[in-house]
Amino acid sequence: MPSLKDLKNRIGSVKNTRKITKAMQMVAAAKLRRAQEAAEAARPYADRMNAVIAGLAASVGGSDGAPRLLAGTGRDQVHLLVVMTAERGLCGGFNTTIVRLARARANELLAQGKTVKILTVGKKGREQLRRDLGDKFVGHVDLSEVKRVGYANAHEIARDILARYEAGEFDIATIFFNRFQSVISQVPTAQQIIPAQPVETAADSAALYDYEPSEEAILADLLPRGVATQIFTALLENGASEQGARMSAMDNATRNAGDMINKLTIQYNRSRQAAITKELIEIISGAEAL
Amino acid sequence: MANTLQFDLVSPERKLASVQATEVQIPGADGDLTAMEGHAATITTLRPGILKAVSPQGTQAFAVTGGFAEITAAGVTVLAERAIPVEDLSGTILDDMVQEARDLAAIAPADQKDAAEKIVHDLLALRNDAAHH
Repeated sequence: MPSLKDLKNRIGSVKNTRKITKAMQMVAAAKLRRAQEAAEAARPYADRMNAVIAGLAASVGGSDGAPRLLAGTGRDQVHLLVVMTAERGLCGGFNTTIVRLARARANELLAQGKTVKILTVGKKGREQLRRDLGDKFVGHVDLSEVKRVGYANAHEIARDILARYEAGEFDIATIFFNRFQSVISQVPTAQQIIPAQPVETAADSAALYDYEPSEEAILADLLPRGVATQIFTALLENGASEQGARMSAMDNATRNAGDMINKLTIQYNRSRQAAITKELIEIISGAEAL
Repeated sequence: MANTLQFDLVSPERKLASVQATEVQIPGADGDLTAMEGHAATITTLRPGILKAVSPQGTQAFAVTGGFAEITAAGVTVLAERAIPVEDLSGTILDDMVQEARDLAAIAPADQKDAAEKIVHDLLALRNDAAHH
């Protein structure tokens, strides 16, 4: 049985914890709004970019002159998995779900006899993957100093990946990130970025355009930008998901702390009551003995 | 009043401009072109240069470094990786861009060397243009 003083201390410390989680929840809520706005603002560019690439890919795709970023290397031996996670923890299952998806994919590929290379973006994923897949790491992108993810960050990552592709380091690249659906639901997603997999939508409208310079030249110019755009979108989705996940995790934590405080308070009151009763019994039985 | 077309300038991070314009001057990779209402549907890549949208309310000019423009009869959508209003353009930003392009040109593989050098020259020309604005 903990003493009254112990209980009082416990209650105090849980109260402090609740203050912290409450504050974190509110910070996450504010950041979430900003992250959602950023994701919203980036959408027109990504949509147009994808539509144009899809249109071009549909008309150029079949020919021999198709760029390697679209046609691929003709092999699927070496896979690059780009695992995008957060730089910080305390956001529920956010990092774990991405890592779990990436790990499952990696093990599946390894079982098929493929070579797996892993590029991590964000510290948390790296930490979680290090133990069983640490020997597959080929690089790491640290965004912990970045306050607000910008296109420049995505561009940097894309350049790194493209350089590796040019150098023949891998055949297929896939990014892993959490797609933001709502505050309580983020969907871990695997998306193949190289070779490009254009969405089959605007195939018919594309034929109406004049292209200047040639379709192939434009496509060759756009595909690397498309990779950067996809990574940027993923980073923004991830940013919003992280804040959403943190918000709901901290909301839960705040509520749990409240429950715990209630329980401890009841226990404290009972103990106090018991102590008083005990003292009374002692006094009464002492008086009776005389 | 002259017929207008919808002009949108979009960067990866946000929408920079969305106005009704009478004409849009675009620094295309194969040469400058001006899009007006009823232009044939065209997609062109951009070279670094000055993008101008002329509207009844005045002219907006942006320095763009690359991307592409999608022209239809009803509007122009420019997707630029980096676009800066000419008023905000300072020598240092351009100097940084030129330096960055030079660095890239220096490490570019042989078959992309010419293209990278061209970007440097386009940027230098852009800097000259901007100085006159």
